[in-house]
Amino acid sequence: MTAPTLAALSAGLKARQYSSVELTRAALARVERSQPQLNALVTVTAESALAAAAAADQRIAAGTAGPLTGVPMIHKDIFCTAGVRTTCGSRMLSNFVSPYDAHIVTLLADAGMVMVGKANMDEFAMGSSNETSYFGPVSNPWDTARVPGGSSGGSAAAVAARLAPLATASDTGGSIRQPAALCGVTGIKPTYGRVSRYGMIAFASSLDQAGVITVSAEDAAMTLQAMAGFDRRDSTSIDAPVPDYVAELQQPLAGLRIGILKEFFGEGLSAAIEGPVREALATWQRLGATVREVSLPSLPLSVPTYYVVAPAEASSNLARFDGVRFGHRCDKPRDLMDLYKRSRAEGFGAEVKRRIMTGTYVLSAGYYDAYYLKAQRVRSLISDDFRRAFTEVDLLLGPTTPTTAFGLGDKTSDPITMYLNDIYTIGANMAGLPAMSLPCGFADGLPVGVQLIGPHFAEGRLLAAAHAYQRETDWHLRAPPAFGADFAGEA
Amino acid sequence: MTVFLGAKSSKAARPPTSTRAATMSLSSKQIEGIAHLARLELDAAEIPRYVDSLSSILGLVSELERVNTDGIAPMAHPLEGQVQRLRADVVSSPNLRDLLQANAPQVDAGLYVVPKVIE
Repeated sequence: MTAPTLAALSAGLKARQYSSVELTRAALARVERSQPQLNALVTVTAESALAAAAAADQRIAAGTAGPLTGVPMIHKDIFCTAGVRTTCGSRMLSNFVSPYDAHIVTLLADAGMVMVGKANMDEFAMGSSNETSYFGPVSNPWDTARVPGGSSGGSAAAVAARLAPLATASDTGGSIRQPAALCGVTGIKPTYGRVSRYGMIAFASSLDQAGVITVSAEDAAMTLQAMAGFDRRDSTSIDAPVPDYVAELQQPLAGLRIGILKEFFGEGLSAAIEGPVREALATWQRLGATVREVSLPSLPLSVPTYYVVAPAEASSNLARFDGVRFGHRCDKPRDLMDLYKRSRAEGFGAEVKRRIMTGTYVLSAGYYDAYYLKAQRVRSLISDDFRRAFTEVDLLLGPTTPTTAFGLGDKTSDPITMYLNDIYTIGANMAGLPAMSLPCGFADGLPVGVQLIGPHFAEGRLLAAAHAYQRETDWHLRAPPAFGADFAGEA
Repeated sequence: MTVFLGAKSSKAARPPTSTRAATMSLSSKQIEGIAHLARLELDAAEIPRYVDSLSSILGLVSELERVNTDGIAPMAHPLEGQVQRLRADVVSSPNLRDLLQANAPQVDAGLYVVPKVIE
């Protein structure tokens, strides 16, 4: 077996080609071997994984297993796991042990999945390169001198290196799609509110959404099936029925109207990206989709809008870290103010502090209207552009990133240069839309991603289009030579 | 245009509103004021770095000033028609105090301990 997809591993378990314990041991061995080069995980949970795998094997033997039962997986370290530390990539939470599981942690555990560890990430999910983690940067498995993208860099690198067939992730401005593109894997950010955020550490609450990084769209459909749905413990969770995403993969593509995002093909897009993305478009045309160009004139305002909204909400959300109830506390505080200030200064890294400072400024008295309210008005314009576009087309298409993976350290000196990596992904967060990145080729040996954006709750349509593309191509099955050797064969 | 950054004044009257974004360059004094509001201790050496980076971020953001948003409603939620759900005011989870306080830097007799506040 050369395709370590969730679907293939699930079938292998069902056919008793290997047990969950064997598969889990293989995953743990791969994690251990990869750590010195990739640093994709913050915590490895070997003991609890083997216990969960043994329980999964019993379910398989008893005939009560579901499609996810017994398959190893990794949670981004933004999701709380009871009894296992949850760091969010920060010194602030380096010793934090959550008293409860995040909703999706419970759901995937109930489905019988086996968590082998927690994925490294940019601190508090703030970053596009996974270089802001307190636990050190993650390397891209395709070239370890390059970044995996961020903030879900550990999740994307882990799936690309075939440490496990899937890893959970979160997306506030592109944090699922951008690393998925740079690592050559499939990532889906569902509609805002589609997946519960209970137990997902908050960054920017009007944008954050949980999702998953997988090898294939079929795997994403299988996982989303288990993750999506209403949860009363998340006040932004949407109470709407969850369709059968796996069944929807079979939707015919004939007549699907794809809109090419005009604003995403202009200045700043590298030719190395544009070529594979246009070839992907041609593939969808051959499959029966019709294509037209669509213009969303307000879309280029997404980045400046984001850098008001996200830091503002982050500064509010991160106010909870006060050195009193949980998280880092400084030594020998002189008084309460000193305790707050030094605990926070020591507990947060440079990028997190920069965003808290920016957010505090734009929310400060006298500036709220000029910045936050203004940004929310522009956000309405961006959202209206998408709404209009979706009266004419079924899906929007563009590149996921302007360039392929850049070198570690290349963009750390100037925050603006780093922020512009998310230029094509932020729009979907602004409007709360579901979006995917799929591998669509290579440029100089580095993966290229194509992005699909759909209307609210059109995950099924996105996944079907992605699945149809992946039946015609094998980009998603290419694995990095240094890490991609047979996964199941080791079990 | 003055920034209202005094620590003691947070309960003061309605802040002045501005229809025009601030000048893009922040002063050291402003950075110190923001850091105080954000409860972040600042090294003197860090201040110029914040002046540079926050000024350049605000420069990026200043593009929004040129957008005409007259009559456009601010968007607070990505999905239309969402209302805040309410639930009955009844106990919904068990008392997890010990478990929660296991993460606290310092507790005593079930209470969180901080430096003395009242002299």
